[in-house]
Amino acid sequence: MALRTPLYDAHLAASARMVEFAGFDMPVQYQGVLEEHAAVREGVGIFDVSHMGELTIEGPRALETANRLSTNDLTKCADGQAQYGALCNEQGNVIDDIIVYRFSAQRLFVCVNASGREKDFEWMKSHSLEGAKVSQRSDDWAQIAIQGPKAAALVDSLCQPKVLDLAYYHFREAAVAGIPGCIVARTGYTGEDGFEVFVPPEKARKLWDTLVLGGAVPCGLGARDSLRLEVAYRLYGNDMDEQHSPLEAGLGWIVKLDKPAGFIGSEALLAQKKQGLSRKLVGFKMTGRGIARQGYPALSGGARVGEVTSGTMSPLLKESIGLAYLPTALSKEGTAFDVEIRGKPIAAVVVKTPFIVKQASKT
Amino acid sequence: MAYPTTLKYTKDHEWTLVNGNKATIGITAFAKDQLGDVVYLELPEVGATVTRGQPFGVVESTKAVSELFAPVTGKVTKVNQALVDAPEGVNDDPHEKGWMVEIELSQPAEIADLLSAQQYEELIAT
Repeated sequence: MALRTPLYDAHLAASARMVEFAGFDMPVQYQGVLEEHAAVREGVGIFDVSHMGELTIEGPRALETANRLSTNDLTKCADGQAQYGALCNEQGNVIDDIIVYRFSAQRLFVCVNASGREKDFEWMKSHSLEGAKVSQRSDDWAQIAIQGPKAAALVDSLCQPKVLDLAYYHFREAAVAGIPGCIVARTGYTGEDGFEVFVPPEKARKLWDTLVLGGAVPCGLGARDSLRLEVAYRLYGNDMDEQHSPLEAGLGWIVKLDKPAGFIGSEALLAQKKQGLSRKLVGFKMTGRGIARQGYPALSGGARVGEVTSGTMSPLLKESIGLAYLPTALSKEGTAFDVEIRGKPIAAVVVKTPFIVKQASKT
Repeated sequence: MAYPTTLKYTKDHEWTLVNGNKATIGITAFAKDQLGDVVYLELPEVGATVTRGQPFGVVESTKAVSELFAPVTGKVTKVNQALVDAPEGVNDDPHEKGWMVEIELSQPAEIADLLSAQQYEELIAT
């Protein structure tokens, strides 16, 4: 049986359609994906992201350990700041993408994908240095994302101390809706301004209901996917995995090959960079009629040259958009190729990402 | 909801409005609810032949791709181009504005095999 988040009953009460995702029964939609998508672009939407996992790295060598694990550079991350990064294997391919919250050099909190709860924990534990302890905290936290142009005001109104002064990718411990001990971070996966709040599981329902009363629209995984794709945020398992490197996935900005002590996978990535990438993840639009979907072949001159990793009809642009791995020679903006849709080649073109420009931007 | 008794239905969740030797076809409200917001539609050309039980088009929501199965056999005489251009019509009004194609029946006896509104309601209730 699939696992349930602490908000499962709230989803059923709101007549959500539930699907299994990474072993969890999750809401894919409530009223409809388009309506929920619009709520986040124009107002405020909330997402149950309690399926995501949490780990901590603690001890005198916590920072050093985290910096060995993450491709990004946590010495450049201040206390109270969060940083996006990737866990790589020795081959330089992606085990997971993560956000590390630096409470201090001795205490780091890591948010991982649902599929990484156990996998990342085992990886990090087996690669931690003496003087650093990696702990599984996934069942200690529920998480709610509050996203949209009206999200910040709503969250701030519920917080003590206030959080409106927090810059993008910064966080603070606060009481939210009277619930002490929450972690409030100015992060998200939609391209909009907003917060993600880690809340004790037994209080998650109280926070969820308070946010709904405050005018937030419950949003499911469907809208979460179309929102993130419009801003070309990568989805682990679709756009990157243990067969692709962060460089190939276009995440070079989180790969700090100049870190003095290196990181797991850095040698492989350095070699890959030196040699030049043979393939790259690109954004594309369909110029012919059709929606590209994950797994559809990318064709050039009739031959299979790559694969679509994500695709949808953009609710905002009303255009068919997607991400695909293509040979580097075909990865330049404006390059025409085809996507094979139901056996037929349909025209597509490589475009710049993000597909839409929003307020939140990468750090 | 109550399904219109003027329409006939299939287990694949298409509806059919029979008028003489012509049949207008669309997808049911149940199908629409299952799919989620429809954002893309692919329909045959006028003059194309469709065969009962065989795919004649594709409907896609933000998340899912689904084939359309012909309830009857015949030749396509009309296509709702306005719906192809604005597929959200299916979301708003699947049983009227959401009509997809009109077919000239070549096997009128097939009509007898379609489900009544009551039979369809029983089907989707299970």
